[in-house]
Amino acid sequence: MTSVEVPLTTRKDWSSDQEVRWCPGCGDYNILAAIQMMMPDLGVRREKTVFVSGIGCASRFPYYMNTYGVHSIHGRAPSIATGLAATRPDLDVWVICGDGDALSIGGNHFIHALRRNIRLNILVFNNQIYGLTKGQYSPTSETGKVTKSTPFGSIDQPFNPISLAIGAEASFVARTHDMDRAHMQATFTQAHAHDGAAFVEVYQNCNVFNDGAFESITGKANRSSMLIPLVHGEPIRFGEDGERGVIQRTDGHLEIVEVSDVGEDAILRHNAHAEDPGLAFALSRLSRGVHDPTPIGVFRSVDRQEYGAQMTHQVDEATAARGKGDLAQLFRSATSWTVD
Amino acid sequence: MEGGPPVTEKLDRVVVRFAGDSGDGMQLTGDRFTTASALLGNDLATFPDYPAEIRAPAGTLGGVSAFQVHISDHDISTHGDSPNVLVAMNPAGLKASIDMMEHGTVVIVNIDSFDERSLAKAGYAQSPLTDGSLHDYDVYEVPMTSLTQEVCKEVGVKPRDAERSKNFFALGLVSWLFTRPIEGTLAWIDEKFKKNELVAEANRRAFRAGFDFGETAELFHVRYEVTPAPFKGGEYVNITGNTALAWGLIAAAERSGLSLFLGSYPITPASDILHELSKRKEFGVRTFQAEDEIAGIGSALGAAYGGALGVTTTSGPGLDLKAEMIGLAISLELPLIIVDVQRAGPSTGLPTKTEQSDLLQALYGRHGESPLPVVAASTPAQCFDAAIEAARIAVTYRTPVILLSDAYLANGSEPWLIPDVDDLPSFSPDFADGPNAVDPEGSPTFLPYLRDPITMARPWAPPGAIGLEHRIGGLEKAVDAGSVSYDGANHEAMSMVRKERIAHIATDIPATALDDPSGSAKVCVVGWGSTYGALNAGVERVRAAGGEAAHVHLMHLNPLPADLGEVLSAYDTVLVPELNLGQLVTVLRATYLIDAIPLSKVRGVPFKAAEIEAAILSAIGETR
Repeated sequence: MTSVEVPLTTRKDWSSDQEVRWCPGCGDYNILAAIQMMMPDLGVRREKTVFVSGIGCASRFPYYMNTYGVHSIHGRAPSIATGLAATRPDLDVWVICGDGDALSIGGNHFIHALRRNIRLNILVFNNQIYGLTKGQYSPTSETGKVTKSTPFGSIDQPFNPISLAIGAEASFVARTHDMDRAHMQATFTQAHAHDGAAFVEVYQNCNVFNDGAFESITGKANRSSMLIPLVHGEPIRFGEDGERGVIQRTDGHLEIVEVSDVGEDAILRHNAHAEDPGLAFALSRLSRGVHDPTPIGVFRSVDRQEYGAQMTHQVDEATAARGKGDLAQLFRSATSWTVD
Repeated sequence: MEGGPPVTEKLDRVVVRFAGDSGDGMQLTGDRFTTASALLGNDLATFPDYPAEIRAPAGTLGGVSAFQVHISDHDISTHGDSPNVLVAMNPAGLKASIDMMEHGTVVIVNIDSFDERSLAKAGYAQSPLTDGSLHDYDVYEVPMTSLTQEVCKEVGVKPRDAERSKNFFALGLVSWLFTRPIEGTLAWIDEKFKKNELVAEANRRAFRAGFDFGETAELFHVRYEVTPAPFKGGEYVNITGNTALAWGLIAAAERSGLSLFLGSYPITPASDILHELSKRKEFGVRTFQAEDEIAGIGSALGAAYGGALGVTTTSGPGLDLKAEMIGLAISLELPLIIVDVQRAGPSTGLPTKTEQSDLLQALYGRHGESPLPVVAASTPAQCFDAAIEAARIAVTYRTPVILLSDAYLANGSEPWLIPDVDDLPSFSPDFADGPNAVDPEGSPTFLPYLRDPITMARPWAPPGAIGLEHRIGGLEKAVDAGSVSYDGANHEAMSMVRKERIAHIATDIPATALDDPSGSAKVCVVGWGSTYGALNAGVERVRAAGGEAAHVHLMHLNPLPADLGEVLSAYDTVLVPELNLGQLVTVLRATYLIDAIPLSKVRGVPFKAAEIEAAILSAIGETR
């Protein structure tokens, strides 16, 4: 394979000249910075990179990247990105959605993009609220949430985005958060390297309409005791000194324990590459909300045939078997007759 | 009828209708009879008429599937107002069709299926064969089922399976009646059923038995001959509208050097375009069966953004769902083809029946000021040209285009003179390949909404070009620069540009094609889409009787031909027949301030030539 050398770039090369217009203090700034700083290290080219978004605060993202970009319509970014990725395998396509965008109005496109395994990096900035419409509950808001549209509290059961993605046959599922640049970059880098649809949920703070939603787990003081880092092949342990861990009971349920109570050998080792999604699913159910210890990192990363490549393969096979299409022949593929 | 071989009578045209249960294979039978007639050199037009349910309750009126074909020795443009010969495989088929038949015409029934139960299912209290109600018809009672079972006995198929070959018996009998050669059909059976030799043999035997029955039963005293029509020299195929449309899209992609991408969700009566294109991967065609109608058009728009010829195909309910994405395509100014194979609405309506009631939706059915070009196909074969024209406009002018077909065109067929590939239109995507402006500091820059001075089209700059990186979206854009702008004056300027650039396409489409041989007609019939055949035939009838009428048939519904207002204002009466409640007529009245009058029909079936003729004569009477 011949490779054209990728020019060295810096964050500045990846930043557009547009003034960033999120609310001061929004978690989106951290995510944007993490990505702009990460891009030079991915070994990709600006002109081959496309950011596609829907509608919502998160969806302004493409305007701030000095790449190709489409700010489309609410919920539909995965469908537009699918057509693009299916016809342009040479491109790196990133899809930026909010929780309402990806999981409410665009829920159908989200799950189908995942099951098809089309090569997209789908990042969902989950702030558990509708920001751009000024504060209604979202499909990830906790039951009972009081918002402008739920003055008596929300009666909706929220989605667990990780569980949903795994249930939708996703081949790559991860979670990170806006307070940890290094973790975001490591997670996004793995997503980018995945040949297929890669889904990353990013816990993101909306400091105007849902401030501190994740503080109890992502706040600096709480992280070590509340975030459970998932690293493939490593025991699932957390806490200041790794004093807590996860075990799997004989009935399959996962349980958080003191390592000293069960012994190091009893601690579950993470296997993100397991064909069976059972463990990844169980890990996604370990936390019942942002007040429980919550796994972050790559839940699942398995090899599965990529959609666009298969589509191209069928075209290539047909062309090899029948020869390149010829219009004159096509027009005579039904029984023809000649009039003198 | 005393002995002797039947005489052969020459007809200049004949309309045959096959009607039976939806499991009786009527579409296959009609289709094969059509092909045999096409190969014989007849001109023809077909009308498959089938129910919405795949297998509606057997034997009921709701389950009747029919196929009507009009064959002639001269140029015809409709499937025929009224059948001359009806082949009814069961009482329901008879009941559903008999009102279309004029007295004295031929009715051939499968007498085996006229038992008490089947009669009851069709709603007959007593048999129409015995109660005298068919007294004025030339009725032939043929035991098709039992004769088919008889000849299939030795083949080794079970009687119940043999019964399923009875449509081939009917085909054989009608082939005899109309002196069609049998060799072609026998070869076709071999090919069609090559995977199941037993079935192939049963069908062959049934077909021959039907043919021989005509020859030997001495039931029929006349056979008919329809000689070849004087076609322009060349090679022909019989083609349906959906196939022609699919081939037109492939041709458009080939002739513009673009790769074709279809994003589509299955819907009647558009699905056959998806089926046809999915077979043609050797042309580099990528077909994507999306999760819903919105993803169908979303993926097509994504592919267009990437530099492909993006297409989505649908019918009315799907067009509703695509409206928001069409608006985005208008804002992004990207080429995109939206094919709407219209059917009767609203809502699910009559999903297999034809109607032209999406015109106003195509023209106006989006929020905001959102104009786009609309092109309509007029005959099954013309779907090919209409598809190429839609693509030419989309690519040249960087705009979504709605291409209107309908259920009648989609499933109907006619002979198509195969064009020379080199004669097909070609057009270039002319992708942007470098900066098109200079920024205030004097450096080259790329302005994604800087327009071509002639076409008013913006550059098409798919990802991949170095230095052309840009962001576009559904927010209003600054004139030329394409960056987000919330400025009111800029929005008005952009709204005017979007309006004018579509209106401007009128300079790049043909002038009104006026059919007014005498030049002194007082009444002009204006139509669009699939009514072409009926309007043409109706006008011809008026002329044949010594009257005068002009005919204009529009392919471009937006923009309209630049001279249309002037052309129409020369007539005392402008009559606008449409299979809707008056949509084009509304547009013509509003655009040209002319007193155009509607002729409406929404019965799920095309106009009859006679209906058009009567309306013209009535209009002529009133202008005197």
